[in-house]
Amino acid sequence: MNTRCAACKYLRRRCPSDCIFSPYFPPHDPQRFASIHRIYGASNVARMLQQLPVNQRAATVDCLYYEAQCRVQDPVCGCVGVISLLYQEIHNAETKLAKTKAQIALFVDSNSAREDFEVESDLNVLLHEEGNEFAHLGPSNQVSFGFT
Amino acid sequence: MGGSSPCASCKLLRRRCAKECIFAPYFPSNDPQKFAIVHKVFGASNVSKMLRELPVHQREDAVSSLVYEATARVRDPVYGCVGAISYLQNQVSELQMQLSVAQAEILRIQMQLEPAMLTPIDQDDKTSLFSSNNFNINNSPHPQYINFASSSTNLIQDLLGGEYLWT
Repeated sequence: MNTRCAACKYLRRRCPSDCIFSPYFPPHDPQRFASIHRIYGASNVARMLQQLPVNQRAATVDCLYYEAQCRVQDPVCGCVGVISLLYQEIHNAETKLAKTKAQIALFVDSNSAREDFEVESDLNVLLHEEGNEFAHLGPSNQVSFGFT
Repeated sequence: MGGSSPCASCKLLRRRCAKECIFAPYFPSNDPQKFAIVHKVFGASNVSKMLRELPVHQREDAVSSLVYEATARVRDPVYGCVGAISYLQNQVSELQMQLSVAQAEILRIQMQLEPAMLTPIDQDDKTSLFSSNNFNINNSPHPQYINFASSSTNLIQDLLGGEYLWT
């Protein structure tokens, strides 16, 4: 004697061998069909499944179950509440990322400005010291060393 | 003989639109498509039942979310809204990864700059550069950058006990 699927058990009917629900609503998980039936109704689900190729029906039922559970837990927003939260998360993360990148740019700019200043200062010191070293030489000799 | 025109629901269902019709406030006659799509996915009796279980001030929002879900389901008969959720979750993960990388970069830069920033270079007092206070990274002025962004992928898991996390 074949065991009825969860859908046919819930609907209190015989479960035929070609029952459209039975591959997706095993008898050991009655809650799955109960949730989906509560939100969508059996005939709507059967129609949706019939309009889809067989290889897409399992994924469809999984998604319907997910959305039904969302609606049961949040009767006002359903899974739209989840979407709204995700958009908020994205906005927050984008804002944080922009701020962090701006700070990195600030660090890099101030660091490179400091390095340029130090290099220029060091060069000036070097030129000044070398100028002093050759000060005793006559002008023509200074030119030959690059100090005019 | 006066009488308001039937709401979009009663028009589609071909019935008399009663004064206390539960659909009438949310499905005006000038937008037949709104009810048609909700009826197609959920069914009129299910929508009516859902609305009756809610206080009046929440029904407008409920109808909006039902229309949204129904529209998503019609556009994508397999994944419906879950497709959008999955996509957005991936976006969140990607952004969190980028944020982690950027925060690590900030930390690296701070550790590089800190010795120079905290103590001026004094040729006569170079020993001050090597004092323990200057090299204590726990005194970072921006401790929040060490705290990486929390994951939002737990959002869906928390909602449904971790059963249907689409990534």
